[in-house]
Amino acid sequence: MSEITAEQVAHLAYLARIDLSPLEITDLTHDLGQIVDSIAKVSEVATADTPATSHPMPLTNVFREDVVVPSLTVEQALSGAPDRAGDKFRVPAILDEE
Amino acid sequence: MTYLTKLSAAALSELLVSKQVSAVEATRAHLDHIAAVDTDLHAFLHVAADAALNTAAAIDARRVAGESLHPLAGVPIAIKDVLATQDMPTTAGSKILEGWVPPYDATVVARLRAAGLIPLGKTNMDEFAMGSSTEHSAYGVTRNPWDRDRIPGGSGGGSAAAVASFQAPLALGSDTGGSIRQPAAVTGSVGVKPTYGGVSRYGAIALASSLDQVGPVSRTVYDAALLHDVIGGHDPLDSTSLTDSWPSMAAAAQAGLKDGALKGVRVGVIKELSGDGFQAGVTQRFTETLALLVAAGAEITEVSAPNFEYAVAAYYLILPAEASSNLARFDSVRFGIRVNPASGSLTSEHVMSATREAGFGAEVKRRIILGTYALSAGYYDAYYGSAQKVRTLIQRDFAAAFSQVDVLVSPSAPTTAFKFGEKLADPMAMYINDVTTIPANLAGVPGMSIPIGLAPEDGLPVGLQIMAPAKADARLYTVGAAIEQLLEARWGHTMLSQAPALTPTEMFASEEGAV
Repeated sequence: MSEITAEQVAHLAYLARIDLSPLEITDLTHDLGQIVDSIAKVSEVATADTPATSHPMPLTNVFREDVVVPSLTVEQALSGAPDRAGDKFRVPAILDEE
Repeated sequence: MTYLTKLSAAALSELLVSKQVSAVEATRAHLDHIAAVDTDLHAFLHVAADAALNTAAAIDARRVAGESLHPLAGVPIAIKDVLATQDMPTTAGSKILEGWVPPYDATVVARLRAAGLIPLGKTNMDEFAMGSSTEHSAYGVTRNPWDRDRIPGGSGGGSAAAVASFQAPLALGSDTGGSIRQPAAVTGSVGVKPTYGGVSRYGAIALASSLDQVGPVSRTVYDAALLHDVIGGHDPLDSTSLTDSWPSMAAAAQAGLKDGALKGVRVGVIKELSGDGFQAGVTQRFTETLALLVAAGAEITEVSAPNFEYAVAAYYLILPAEASSNLARFDSVRFGIRVNPASGSLTSEHVMSATREAGFGAEVKRRIILGTYALSAGYYDAYYGSAQKVRTLIQRDFAAAFSQVDVLVSPSAPTTAFKFGEKLADPMAMYINDVTTIPANLAGVPGMSIPIGLAPEDGLPVGLQIMAPAKADARLYTVGAAIEQLLEARWGHTMLSQAPALTPTEMFASEEGAV
């Protein structure tokens, strides 16, 4: 069922925003193929008339009152940031200028 | 008088309440023991010695002033590093969060502080709780106190090893597929995964949100119940938190100590969680425990859960899918490390990719890539969609079983503690190890592991898993305490009193802290 290729793993890594070395791609291609072969058996019993379950306890529409409550201060929110500019998170360029 | 570190939380609490022992003395005894043994075992990633002693002194002052305190006030506790603590680093065992000190406490941490427990530090774990051996921690392995060459289980190997080696009477863990119960089993300690939603997850770094649950780690069933009562109950900050009111788990555990507590209790043995693949000594101790239950008046029935066979497969689709989404928050902007790429332009996208390359370990990358695959167009229905259907079938298996019996039992893990490196090269071998514990997470039902003896072939601890219907956590404590009492009466000692003595240096160190 599964034929995972190195190109596929490289694409998945791009989608997941993780740079991978060529060695990591080779290893993951092997691992993923093996894992997917083992877990593909779920489709053996998953018939069309079986409903899907996403959550163990059925809970719907958990709301709270729309009131302001104490939350983190700006200093607290920025305390773990790798970089900041004044009261804001500083991020690298969004657009590539190349 | 025995050493303070050897006491259960309940026994220590009595000495604290009657002022025979101060919280500072109790805390110092544990810190001394940590200093003596943990360089070798490495259960802790961070020890907050000064803060713990200051907190203890404040508790003593309040107690001396006659303030009414929670019975556990002054009892030390270790906290799994997956839980946010505003005065201690919180890394979830990952380099990507190295040095991060959260600006807030997890609700469970806030609750134990409010009850006056003394946080000793943060315990080691597989990175982002992905693993069954603690070998996937970015900060090195934790050793099993029973055999230093073997794993302490995972992901919560640090919390289990800490209580099993008497570095703390209590610890907090988290259980997504067995991360509390399996470490308990292989270290001879007690661990409970509460009903999904029974304990707040606010401030618990998310792995798989439909599976994760926080719970107690201890050396006795009663101690776990006392801690469960502290951390459990509705939390408006967690939208998946159940609004039910809960009975006292401590009272439920005490009910299990009464004569005849097991009489007429219907116990189901899950056919699919036995036999092939289970170590001989594990099966032997499990069978002996069933005989003990029968002698105590319990009714044993074999029940079948045919879809459990597909649980591991479903789990390793659902978990990576949810994890790949949850871990997207590690984007090098708001917290954690930032690493610039060696070449190319410094755009957000490139910096994020380089940061995640450097910050995540091999298992985390493996599961994120697997989850991304399972959710991708063209594969979603076959994999993730099918896994969600299997989840329904497993819930139906549980419902059918619980229509016949009060609790279900199985060995907590197929084997005793394995050696470091034994399963590292083969991810599926590691994943299959969770076969006994995963079904409870998929269905949201509570589960407990208690020690039931040593496997004759290797002298290592074996655990019994007990499961109850959703929201019937109290039943686990009653049955668990009853079995624990029967076994200890037969052995003439507790399980952990049989653990190998640690080094002479540690004996001396803990004497210094004793009364």
